[in-house]
Amino acid sequence: MGVIRLFRKNFSDFFKKLFNKKNARIGIYGPPNAGKTTLANRILRDWTGDAMGSVSHIAHETRRARRREGVTIKSNGGSISLDIIDTPGLATKIDFHEFMELGMDEAESKRRAKEATEGVIEAVKWLENLDGVILVMDATEDPYTQVNVTVIGNMEARSLPLLIVANKVDLPESAPSTIRDAFPQHPMVAISALEGKNIDTFYDEIAKRFG
Amino acid sequence: MQGIQMDLVSEDRLAKMPPVEKIRFIIDEVKSGKILVLEKGLTPEEEATLIEMTMTQIQPDDFAGIEMESYPSQTDGSFLGKLFKKTPVRTRLTVIGPANKLKTLKKDRDMISALVSNK
Repeated sequence: MGVIRLFRKNFSDFFKKLFNKKNARIGIYGPPNAGKTTLANRILRDWTGDAMGSVSHIAHETRRARRREGVTIKSNGGSISLDIIDTPGLATKIDFHEFMELGMDEAESKRRAKEATEGVIEAVKWLENLDGVILVMDATEDPYTQVNVTVIGNMEARSLPLLIVANKVDLPESAPSTIRDAFPQHPMVAISALEGKNIDTFYDEIAKRFG
Repeated sequence: MQGIQMDLVSEDRLAKMPPVEKIRFIIDEVKSGKILVLEKGLTPEEEATLIEMTMTQIQPDDFAGIEMESYPSQTDGSFLGKLFKKTPVRTRLTVIGPANKLKTLKKDRDMISALVSNK
């Protein structure tokens, strides 16, 4: 990025924050299979009656970023308009054998792995264009074995507001407190995107964090 | 003798390289099967670039990607630093290796643990 563009962008960001503009581009990030698309669908169904995309137990089901503009969320008497971007899961490794273990043939697995690599590249590039991030983490998994530390480092370096979502609290093995303990410097809300558990608290946090 | 090579890379060595060359060096070394411990570590931006470039290098039956872990960098908290989003003042140790050899890479508050497989 050129010096002049960087200068203009940072001043633009500065004034946007100064005047608290209530329209923000929010990216939904996280590792594969954390429930990003389930959460995006939940947000859209609750506030627009629509859906973002299909979900699957297979990792990397979302292989292209999907964007929905002008989603208005109302909370605590106020409202905020968001552009929601559902991104492919961030990963540092993609092994086609893992798709084969799920019953796909070799050709299909390799094709899917190639698309997944392109999706990760796209997700990283989107980081440049956001005003904030909802980071979805799987509360049934060890926070340190997910890619989140790298993602959180990126958000912090870019001074982006971040809301951590500990998802899948409907599952008995979930332990959202491990995620809170791992990243105490950021707000966290524990939800089940699938069942809608604690979803109103999540919307309150969105309004507070990005409004 | 069969084994896994682990290279401890000094801050001075990477400081001489332009950003793209640094990332290229890391990927080439990791693709050749080495585990790297970088004394100075990578900035979050460099980590993002490394993930992007790693994705372009993945080949079925050859290279499945990397495992990577860093200690958080320390950022400039001054007003001007925030306004201009200066790069972090100091980055700290990063461990990177091939995903098929570095089986688990876990970070606790002050320790990075790696389980290396020789299979």
